[in-house]
Amino acid sequence: MEWEVVIGLEIHAQLATKSKIFSGSSTEYGADANTQANIYDLGLPGVLPVFNEEALRMAVKFGLAIDAEIGMKSVFDRKNYFYPDSPKGYQITQLHEPIVGMGHIDIDLGEGKTRRINVTRAHLEEDAGKSVHDGFDGQSGIDLNRCGTPLIEIVSEPELRNAKEASAYFRKMQSIVMYLGICDGNLSQGSMRCDCNVSLRPKGQEELGTRTEIKNVNSFKNVERAIEVEIERQMDILEDGGSITQETRLFDADKNETRSMRSKEVANDYRYFPDPDLLPVIIDEEYVEAVRATLPELPEQKKARFETEHGLSAYNAGVLSASREMADYFEAAAEIAGDYKITANWVMGDVSAALNKNEISISDIPVSSKQLGAILKNVKSNAISNDGAKEVFNAIWQGKGSDVDQLIDQLGLKQVSDTSAIEAVVAQVLADNPKLVEGYLNTPEDKRAKAIGPFIGATRKAAKGVNPQVVMEVLKQKLSELG
Amino acid sequence: MHNKTLAQISQDLQAGEYSSVEVTQHFLDRIKNLDGQYNSFITVTDEQALTQAKAADELRAAGNANEWTGVPMAHKDIFCTEGVRTSCGSKMLDKFIAPYDSTVADNFNQVGAVSLGKTNMDEFAMGSSSESSFYGAVKNPWNAEHVPGGSSGGSAAAVAARLAPGITATDTGGSIRQPASFCGVTGIKPTYGRVSRFGMISYASSLDQGGPIARTAEDAAMMLNVMAGFDKKDSTSIERDVPDYRANLNNSVKGMTIGLPKEYFSADLDPVMAQTIQDAIKEYEKMGATLKEISLPNTNLCVPAYYVIAPSECSANLSRMDGVRFGHRCEDPKDVEDLYKRSRSEGFGDEVQRRIMLGSYALSAGFYDAYYKKAQQVRRLIKNDFVAAFNDVDVIMSPVAPSPAFKFGEKSKDPVSMYLEDIYTLATNLAGLPGMSVPAGMINDLPVGLQLIGNYFDESRLLNCAHQFQTATDWHTKTPTGLK
Repeated sequence: MEWEVVIGLEIHAQLATKSKIFSGSSTEYGADANTQANIYDLGLPGVLPVFNEEALRMAVKFGLAIDAEIGMKSVFDRKNYFYPDSPKGYQITQLHEPIVGMGHIDIDLGEGKTRRINVTRAHLEEDAGKSVHDGFDGQSGIDLNRCGTPLIEIVSEPELRNAKEASAYFRKMQSIVMYLGICDGNLSQGSMRCDCNVSLRPKGQEELGTRTEIKNVNSFKNVERAIEVEIERQMDILEDGGSITQETRLFDADKNETRSMRSKEVANDYRYFPDPDLLPVIIDEEYVEAVRATLPELPEQKKARFETEHGLSAYNAGVLSASREMADYFEAAAEIAGDYKITANWVMGDVSAALNKNEISISDIPVSSKQLGAILKNVKSNAISNDGAKEVFNAIWQGKGSDVDQLIDQLGLKQVSDTSAIEAVVAQVLADNPKLVEGYLNTPEDKRAKAIGPFIGATRKAAKGVNPQVVMEVLKQKLSELG
Repeated sequence: MHNKTLAQISQDLQAGEYSSVEVTQHFLDRIKNLDGQYNSFITVTDEQALTQAKAADELRAAGNANEWTGVPMAHKDIFCTEGVRTSCGSKMLDKFIAPYDSTVADNFNQVGAVSLGKTNMDEFAMGSSSESSFYGAVKNPWNAEHVPGGSSGGSAAAVAARLAPGITATDTGGSIRQPASFCGVTGIKPTYGRVSRFGMISYASSLDQGGPIARTAEDAAMMLNVMAGFDKKDSTSIERDVPDYRANLNNSVKGMTIGLPKEYFSADLDPVMAQTIQDAIKEYEKMGATLKEISLPNTNLCVPAYYVIAPSECSANLSRMDGVRFGHRCEDPKDVEDLYKRSRSEGFGDEVQRRIMLGSYALSAGFYDAYYKKAQQVRRLIKNDFVAAFNDVDVIMSPVAPSPAFKFGEKSKDPVSMYLEDIYTLATNLAGLPGMSVPAGMINDLPVGLQLIGNYFDESRLLNCAHQFQTATDWHTKTPTGLK
């Protein structure tokens, strides 16, 4: 039978507020255990939640960025369950009236292809603490630093059809929240986490199959892998005539398999009800418009502008606009260089390669956009060659200097583009190498392009820093004059 | 000294009649000598009280005193007090030393009042008789065979027994008014949102409201002046100016319209109680108020709505008592499940467990719409009844409870009869309105209170009405028989 894969993602993104969603504790990552937990985070008797409006502002910003309906009235609910890292015995979340309603994003499928995916909703909630099971001699430790960190849970429609689309969707969400500055997008620190709902149904069938939920997948690659193995697992069962159990599963990256965590049948009845300690959050158009005014240019818009304003290909524009930092770096450098295409090729080529090789992100790059711009300005004006540019770039990267002009001088990279000077050198080279000239003249017309190579080498050897393009033109001219 | 009201003690301290240390010591001695009979205090903070009193005297000597400086009072043991056990009447919190002050406790500290200790109560404020406390039942000072009412039975009994001139309390379904009625003292439950709930251990968040119990309306007004006010630590507290509640006490009630809900004076009301309340209301007529029969048609829905909403909210509010971070923890738990089950089974009493189960049931999947949601809809109807009524009247009057204080054990075996105890008081909590109990008569040598219900934020009028009544009558000055 032919199966259709149905995938929906639930992405949790920690909002980059300074303090927690319902308490004044800091949200800084990596502090000593329980040093960022106050009486509220501990869930002591008598404490009450006070909503951090910064979280509201960020959630609305997100809603506007995905062109969603904004909940003018949103309500916090209590989700009741017992777990040691949930101190109150309930999590404050939004069930029926979320802050963000139906919206959509366009995911990039490579080669400039995109697909629109609807986002069902996004709601505000508080993160749980962490249970630590190692090092407590059979007992568990609890760290409540993370407890109460604001989250938005972004729920997609079950419209994703394969693992690649799912990871593209996750990537795009990361790009959006980072563009908006509402989440640091750090997957390894858990700032963004992804639950994948996966089901299969016979192709053409309307009704959804039974789904499983793979919890807390923490990288783009693992989202793809987890979904792929889960699809395979479900397909094997279905092909054998079996049925899928609705359950929560975990992805084991080492074994490349998903395994059952708990079955939904025995799962909690969360007994949701509106939190009586918090008033409904009511906002008006004026508030929404004020937030809208703070929206930065988003990836889609940037990509379009890169294509129209800077004449980049759809592919290049897509790559360069995927992250706000990369895009900003590119634009700042290109403006100084005075050439967007040269800069685009450089940022996507040498710059990206260097970042990958050194495993650092664009925000930590040792060559500033100003420096790159200055280097490429010299390339554009033919003052240095592309190879020369690489030398300067590497020198700055390695900390050998910071002033581009100085480095060009120091490294003797200034190329001679003055045609009359080059003509003199070329004339000398031709005079010094009569055998080469004879060989060249005996080469058939269609193979002469290759035969010109030795002259270029000799010319550049004779006069360091000559512009190879000018050399080429002069050589062609002179040689053709000879026959 | 102990027969003096808060206002008199305040005046005496300002006049230098005696020192704060003297009056504080006097009340501490009384508690020590007499509270064995009443069991109205859970914790007496002698040392701290005397330290505060000494500091107050020094402040006064330095000329920096206000009317509250050095005035003794106490707190219901539901308000967190830094460094002092805050038990909520439960084994669960027997060893819980609050690391912070509730806003109410902090307010009293700020004005320089002296806290004598923490008063006894029904466990987690769930009850109408103060029999369910882990620390034993509170006795009614008027007759030790009778309950003092609840849940603020300790506060009401201690004020009646002159162990403190004024004590904080809380009211979720009548927990200030009914014990005030049973003990012959004066208590007011303010409008929901008027007094901060921060640090007041939650029973039912949307119904809980702190307020004072004292002997006179004037004292209650003096306390409410300290308790009331917006608090940014409580999202449900309301940002609205606090009037001086003592300012209008002497206004005349002439021309005021008093609403008498016919549903409250139905044939079900005990005739003796009906007569007592009507006699009290006649006093207002004498003072120039007019009476008007009104209708609160959804009155019969109050008890069922309340006993869905309050248990539902409490079932979540009490989840934090899990034995993990504070509070009672069972011995040698096998695993986390066992830890929860045994800690909570051992730490909570029967009534608390009953309400947690009721609430969990009402909120569970498939029942939510039929119970919790429906109860919230009913709540709106009840509120609308009052909004309509207050178009026509200035204040509503009724009994506080169906009867005077009942005997121990009389209702504690039958939860439903205990729940019906709150039949006249629940509506104000569901509607969020202010309500008050004023001593208004005696039945079988036991005091009976008159309930005053006001419009939103009309506490001043209630206190004014109560004060005028206390100017015309002497029920509030009656002292339990045998009390020295």
